Amino acid sequence: MAKISRRQALAGAAAVPLALQGQAALAATPKDTLVVAKQIDDIITLDPAECYELSGIEVATNLYDRLLRYEAEDVTKMVGGVANMPSVSADGKVFTFKLKPNQKFHSGAPVTAEDCAFSLQRVVLLDKTPAFLVTQLGWTKANVKDLVKATAPDTLQFTITESYAPSMVMNLMTSIIASVVEKKIALANEKDGDLGNTWLKTNSAGSGAYKLISWKANESVSMEAYPGFRMGPANLKRVVIRHVAEPQTQRLMVEKGDVDVARDLSADQIKAVRGNKDLRIEDFAGANTWYLGLNMSDERLKNEKVRTAIKMLVDYDGMVNTFLKGQFFVQQSFLPVGFFSAMKYTPFKLDVAKAKALLAEAGYPNGFTIKLASNNSAPGPDIAQSIQQTMGQAGIKVEIVTSDRKTVLGDYRGRKTQMTLMSWGPDYFDPHTNADTFARNTDDSDGAATKPLAWRNHWSIPEISAQTALAAKELDAGKRKAMYEALQKKVTLEGPFVLMFQNVSEVTFRKNVSGFKLGITEDLNFYRTAKKA
Amino acid sequence: MTAAPQTWRAWLLHPAPASRRQAQLGGWFRAWLAFRRNSLAMTGLVIVALLVLIAIFAPVLADRNLAVQQVLEDRLQAASALHWFGTDELGRDILTRMIFGARITLVIVFLVSAIVVPIGLAIGLPAGYFGGWVDAVLMRITDIFLAFPRLVLALAFAAALGPGIENAVIAIALTAWPPYARLARAETMTRRNAEFIQAAKLLGASEFRILATQILPLCLPSVIIRLTLDMAGIILTAAGLGFLGLGAQPPAAEWGAMVSSGRQVLLDQWWVATLPGLAIFVTSLGFNLLGDGLRDVSDSRS
Amino acid sequence: MTVARRIAAPLRKIGSLLVSVGLTFLGLTCVTFVIGRVIPIDPVLAIVGDKASNETYERVRLQLGLDQPLLEQYWHYLVKVVHGEFGTSVMTAHPVLDDLLSVFPATLELATLSLVIGVVGGIPLGVYAAVNRGRWQDQLIRFMSLLGYSMPVFWLGLIGLLLFYAKLGWVAGPGRVDVGFDDMVPAVTGLMTIDSLLAGEDEVFWNVLSHLVLPSSILGYLSLAYVARMTRSFMLSQLKQEYILATLAKGLSPFRVVWIHALGNVWVQLVTVIALTFGSLLEGAVLTETVFAWPGLGLYLKNSLFAADLNAVLGGTVLVGVVYIVLNMLSDVVYTLVDPRARGQGT
Repeated sequence: MAKISRRQALAGAAAVPLALQGQAALAATPKDTLVVAKQIDDIITLDPAECYELSGIEVATNLYDRLLRYEAEDVTKMVGGVANMPSVSADGKVFTFKLKPNQKFHSGAPVTAEDCAFSLQRVVLLDKTPAFLVTQLGWTKANVKDLVKATAPDTLQFTITESYAPSMVMNLMTSIIASVVEKKIALANEKDGDLGNTWLKTNSAGSGAYKLISWKANESVSMEAYPGFRMGPANLKRVVIRHVAEPQTQRLMVEKGDVDVARDLSADQIKAVRGNKDLRIEDFAGANTWYLGLNMSDERLKNEKVRTAIKMLVDYDGMVNTFLKGQFFVQQSFLPVGFFSAMKYTPFKLDVAKAKALLAEAGYPNGFTIKLASNNSAPGPDIAQSIQQTMGQAGIKVEIVTSDRKTVLGDYRGRKTQMTLMSWGPDYFDPHTNADTFARNTDDSDGAATKPLAWRNHWSIPEISAQTALAAKELDAGKRKAMYEALQKKVTLEGPFVLMFQNVSEVTFRKNVSGFKLGITEDLNFYRTAKKA
Repeated sequence: MTAAPQTWRAWLLHPAPASRRQAQLGGWFRAWLAFRRNSLAMTGLVIVALLVLIAIFAPVLADRNLAVQQVLEDRLQAASALHWFGTDELGRDILTRMIFGARITLVIVFLVSAIVVPIGLAIGLPAGYFGGWVDAVLMRITDIFLAFPRLVLALAFAAALGPGIENAVIAIALTAWPPYARLARAETMTRRNAEFIQAAKLLGASEFRILATQILPLCLPSVIIRLTLDMAGIILTAAGLGFLGLGAQPPAAEWGAMVSSGRQVLLDQWWVATLPGLAIFVTSLGFNLLGDGLRDVSDSRS
Repeated sequence: MTVARRIAAPLRKIGSLLVSVGLTFLGLTCVTFVIGRVIPIDPVLAIVGDKASNETYERVRLQLGLDQPLLEQYWHYLVKVVHGEFGTSVMTAHPVLDDLLSVFPATLELATLSLVIGVVGGIPLGVYAAVNRGRWQDQLIRFMSLLGYSMPVFWLGLIGLLLFYAKLGWVAGPGRVDVGFDDMVPAVTGLMTIDSLLAGEDEVFWNVLSHLVLPSSILGYLSLAYVARMTRSFMLSQLKQEYILATLAKGLSPFRVVWIHALGNVWVQLVTVIALTFGSLLEGAVLTETVFAWPGLGLYLKNSLFAADLNAVLGGTVLVGVVYIVLNMLSDVVYTLVDPRARGQGT
């Protein structure tokens, strides 16, 4: 190696670059392969019973078919997936699913109700991160094998012991925990009773549109189309997601045609590539809520007038019109637009004079000093600094502490922060997922069984929590909607959250790519419809 | 220069000094003359002096508020009469931030030195002076720290301590002291048997007193030269930590962090990342040139 | 000096060297371990994420053994490491050892090429500067190497990418190889230049090389600066020696005297310098690999540190530390074998 490299190195600065120039120009991706540049360093596992990182969920969405689905063809409508829409018993507790016929796993084996039951049981038995989604239905390690069963080769039946609106339960069955894993393969690769968990972290055993070729952490995920997919084979034979940490680099790569799609360009970069006629930019609404948590264990933040003042000291419009342009819009409700019963709600605007008056009323005419914890990746620090400036105008001196998101989360969960800049993404496509965290806190003690966002900010709300629980069970859609609207207003106006923005994914494509669909959550990000001209 | 210095000069350079003081001052003066002939070293001195002046007079040179004040409408402006070096991603004046950044850089360098030198001396002097098991133990500890790749260790310490300038300083200091311990030990070993040390011992001076008053002053010049040479390394490590998000916290205008935030717009607004990087580069070059010149002078004296 | 003594002295030296290496290794793992445990990121959270239930969280904490006293945890870790077991990385879901084996070649390839650039350029420059001591050539070379010393490597990398990749298009961008060439050659040695040649894939080879040129030139420049300076100072002390004057007086050509005799006498010292340079290249890789998205040891270490992936952090640091210790030891051994008078004062 040394010999060759030395020769090359010594061949002279002129000769080498000329030889390589040709290479750089040649770079184009293969016709039947979609190459995507994205930050995928969050993936730590691809086992659907364990995976709960955004990029991981997206990949699993394409590797595994699910009991029910929102399909790429119409992401607003819940339809059957592996199974048809279920029948529900009169008391809303027993759900019966009939499997669609002639489905096969990537291995060629038929998809059976036994596989479906195993997959759901597995989530509970493994007790990994997503387990909370199904344990809330009343399933435990002890009872899940009785409550979730295959009653016939093509019939799955399960019983829930808690009461929830059937639509919410069905929505759960469109999420990652309802991914159908091939039982035989999982058990064949079992190690120390882990139900195949170790093996499935880096391999797939599903019946989705793609099968996994390889996942190399912090490098790439490669997938190959499965010809026997239930809805017909995917348009493109291969999909490669390449981890590119720097948005700047993603931009260069998509400009040069090294990749077909760039997922993480910043607002400035999008602006810069807009004029490029080889590229096309598409917007997909996201469902992440960006907010500022105000910890009410702090005397000053406990004061509702102070909280209201702070809500008036954020330059919402200034931010979305400049450095967040196109990637966020103002949404001051805990429900993202696009969700059932979500309101487009924006009662607060930057108003320093009014905020000052409120602060004076609250007994802080000269403001105070307070800490703001933020993660250190864009756009966190920029948002934090903007807030620092506008709050400073009313005399509130903000000290920013940025650190890695995981560090901030640790402190936030330990209720050690004063103000926290954070984002929240829903777990499934039902308003309860967000209400359950923003508007529920029945036990404010340090030993509480769960740590919803209300708990993390010491917002003790027995009445509101009761409303949240009722809304989850309400069967009448109209009534349910009204309940959630009341909750949204209450949380925005009184709660310890400065609700700010909802995100939009701006995706940059090479001109020849079409049909790539991103939904409001990662459960709706489909690769199979993508095409290349 | 007027006539008076001529006589001073003659006095200082007198081949047969009349007093110890004259001899010593003469020695320093000759060193300075040698140093002054070295144009690279002088360049370094000028750069470092300028940096210190800029840091001291930062509030006079620029408006402190401009360093943190955001004007979102003026984001990412190119150089203009109003903003000589343009503006950054939050519409802040880059020149002003760089001027105030000089303060942060100097504070880091100063604090690290203030920690590193005492630690190094405290370990190196006894090791060299007493020898035996004291030496063995202290040098073993030093070797352990030397076995670490410095940047990796600084990174690990900084990550463990959490972000912030103080923590970055501690992290750098924890990784930078071993060479000083070794240096102090070597210097002490060559001097511990000198006659004047023996004389002091005979006069009944305590070991501590001998270390502090006789040996320490002799070690200092080489430690200081080493320190000047190290400053560039300290600046680069601090900037590297800032670049990785482990140094100064926003909105502080730390140069490494400025490079880091500017890289997202490097393609279209190259100045945002390039100019603070240039400042890091020039400053560490200044310290390197200065330290190199000082070492030359000291080498030719010994 | 008798033959027995001539052998015994180096042997004793090597023996005590081994003991000190053992102690250093122990200290190394100890410091890394403590750092890993006091890091403010919650390692359990890093695994289960924000949304897991309390029970899941507790179970994982017990699994990681984080409930045991620190000393006990350290002991368990040490026992495992001695058996060559570094545990599993959270970040990659692979055994840390496998990860290290796959990222190390990337760094090795980069560092080796950089070192070659540094040595091939640095030694002649250093000799040349020494021969012309004090003249403008010396000053120029000194200034060039001081420039190298003063360069923030992450910044130089960014500017290099901006200029040579984005604007001029002379070299390939970040990463080791274009996406299109991914997985095209089987990994035999892990060094992609060699692997592509073994597989007979010329196109891949050129692509790999064009990815390698920029980062290795940058790191190569930094090591060139160091090697040139050290060579100069070694040569200066040689050129002062009497034998040089004597050989010159004998009428040998000055060229021969300098390049063969004097340089021949400093090579042992140079080996030490080169070993140290190689070590510093490994750590310089942290920033360079971050800028160039180079999937090597430096990036792996940085990522695992930021992800609170304790096993990976420990494994990576121990690997770098061991490489450091081995390099130091090798240069010490070479030193001792060639020059028995050498005492522990070597750099």
